[in-house]
Amino acid sequence: MMSVYLQGNSWAHRLPAGLKLLAIALASLLLLQYTSFWVLLPALGAVLLCYASLGRDGLAQLKLLRAMSYLLAALLVLHWVSGSLLEGVAMILRLAIMILSANFVSVTTRMDDMLDAVLPLFKPLEIFGFSPRKPALGVALVLRFAPYMLVVFAQLREAWQARTGTRNSWRLLAPFAIQSLSMSDHVAEALKARGGSQGLSR
Amino acid sequence: MADRSLVHVAFYAALISALGLVPPVAIAFLGGVPITAQTLGVMLAGVMLGPIRGALAVLLFLFLVALGLPFLSGGRGGLGVFMGPSVGFLIGWPVGALVAGWIMQSTREMNILAAAAISAAVGGILVVYAIGIPGVAIMAGLSLPKAALGSSVFIPGDLVKVALTAVIVQTVARGLPGAVLSRS
Repeated sequence: MMSVYLQGNSWAHRLPAGLKLLAIALASLLLLQYTSFWVLLPALGAVLLCYASLGRDGLAQLKLLRAMSYLLAALLVLHWVSGSLLEGVAMILRLAIMILSANFVSVTTRMDDMLDAVLPLFKPLEIFGFSPRKPALGVALVLRFAPYMLVVFAQLREAWQARTGTRNSWRLLAPFAIQSLSMSDHVAEALKARGGSQGLSR
Repeated sequence: MADRSLVHVAFYAALISALGLVPPVAIAFLGGVPITAQTLGVMLAGVMLGPIRGALAVLLFLFLVALGLPFLSGGRGGLGVFMGPSVGFLIGWPVGALVAGWIMQSTREMNILAAAAISAAVGGILVVYAIGIPGVAIMAGLSLPKAALGSSVFIPGDLVKVALTAVIVQTVARGLPGAVLSRS
C-alpha cells in the first residue's frame, strides 16, 4: 500500500499508535512555547537521532523536508525583508522540528493501526445517529476510487492522443467527470444492493 | 447520512487525492509560480455536493492525509503536513467547500456558470485565504501583510481553477444533471 509508512520493526514501530499520537500532540504544544535556540537545537538533534535510529532508510525519510524547503525558504526571505532574520531562523527551525517529529509518527505507524487508534474518537457521534463505521468505509472507498480515476483518465487520454496526436487537453475534463461520476452511482447502487454500510460484516 | 451520500463524499475525496497526483504546472504568464490541481477538487466538491457533503468530502481527504497517505500535492502526507506553515489553508479548505456549497445552493435561480464561478471564487479563494493567511502568520511568526504578500502569488492560479470549476460544473449539468447534487 502506498503510504509514507516505512516497513520495519524498530523500537518506534513497536510503540502503540495511540501513545505515539498523544506524545506528538503534547510535544508540539510544548514546543510552541519556545523560540530559544537553547531549546530548539537540542530538540532538532533529538528528532534527527530518532530518524537515525531507524537506520539508513530512516534518514532517507528526511526527504520530506526537501519537499517543503521552497516554502520554508520563501518564509525565511519574508522574515529577512521585514528585518527579523534571527527570529525567522528560529521559526523555521521550530517548524522543521514539528514537521519532522509528526512525520516520524507517520513513518513508524501502519495505516491500519493509525485507523484503529482514531476510530474510537468517532464513537460519540453515534448519539447523532452517525455510524462510527462509516469513516472506515469512506477511507476504503477513497482508496479504491482514486486509482480508478487515474485509469479512466489515462484511457481517455490515450484515445485522445490516437485521434489528435496531442497529449493533453482540457476537453478531456468533461468526459472524465461524467464517466467517473456515473461509476460512483454504480458503486452506490451496488452498496445498497448488498444491504448498505450497516449490512457489511461486523 | 445515507450510503449514497457516503459514496458521493468518498468520490470527491478521491478526486481531490487524484488531482494531488497531477504534477504542478508552472505557467509563464502567471510569473512561473507552480499551480497544483488540488484546490480545483476542493472547489468542485463544494460546488457539486453542496455545503455539508462538500465539507465532509474535504475532511475525509484530510483524514486520509493524516493517516499517512501521500495524497497532498507534491506527494506529501502524514501528520507532518499539519505542523507546516500552510496548515491554515488545509483548515480553510473544508470551510471554503462549505461556503461554496452554501452559495451554490442559495443561488438556484441563477445561471449555473455564473453561480459556480461566484461560489468557487468566494468559497475557494476568499474563505480559504481568510483562514490560510493568519495560519501562515502564526506558524511562521510573520506579520499579516507579509503573510498575505507571500500567499498572494497563488491567487492567479486559483482564478484559473475557478474558471475550470465553472466550466466543468456547467458541462456536468448538461450531460448528467443529477450529479449536480447542490441543486437537485
